[in-house]
Amino acid sequence: MLELVIIFSYISLSLALLLAFIRMVKGPSLPDRVVALELIASIVIGLFGLNAIDTGVSAYLDIAIVLALTAFLVAIGFARFIQVRGACDN
Amino acid sequence: MIIEIIVSILIVCASIFMVLAAIGLLTFPDLPTRMHATTKSGVLATCLVMIAVALYFLQTDITARVIAIITFILITAPVAAHAIGRAAYFAGVPLWPGTVKDELGDYYAPESSSGDTDEDRPEEITKDENIYGQNKNKP
Repeated sequence: MLELVIIFSYISLSLALLLAFIRMVKGPSLPDRVVALELIASIVIGLFGLNAIDTGVSAYLDIAIVLALTAFLVAIGFARFIQVRGACDN
Repeated sequence: MIIEIIVSILIVCASIFMVLAAIGLLTFPDLPTRMHATTKSGVLATCLVMIAVALYFLQTDITARVIAIITFILITAPVAAHAIGRAAYFAGVPLWPGTVKDELGDYYAPESSSGDTDEDRPEEITKDENIYGQNKNKP
């Protein structure tokens, strides 16, 4: 049963990744793209946890920690950039 | 066996929440509504996956790592969302035309690019006045 659940979860997380990527491509302003990027980081963290369950290798959790840290720093940096430069369309 | 069933339920819930967050991000009309869709359910889905990992392995170091990830995400996600929303509001990202209430617009002049200064406020807020929306001049 767990194998079927893992396959279903891979498929639905990939669908979520695709939808977030569509929003990141066509987002009308820069903060929309940043929000989509943050959701993509959350989805990839979930994918790493799922991969750790699937393969039984617990070292993927370290990658998840580093990815969470990087996503936070990216969000703060983009927020500072937007506040200084303005939300430049296109 | 019980552990496998609980892990399966957690994983299915997490993937459903993540798909809902992505659908909300794609279909909502506005930046704050999109952030409302993504931030909460994305964090919830990540935490559910991490709890599933901790229940699947049942080892002490992995559980400690999972607790560290969950704490870090729960601390940093609201901070990042607040920073992005504030920066986007002051950068002049347009709101949805059907927005009912914009309370921050009463307290900052629209031409001020950064909201860090105090002299942009239209009036001083006294201590007795309720600052959350019940302004005397704008009933």
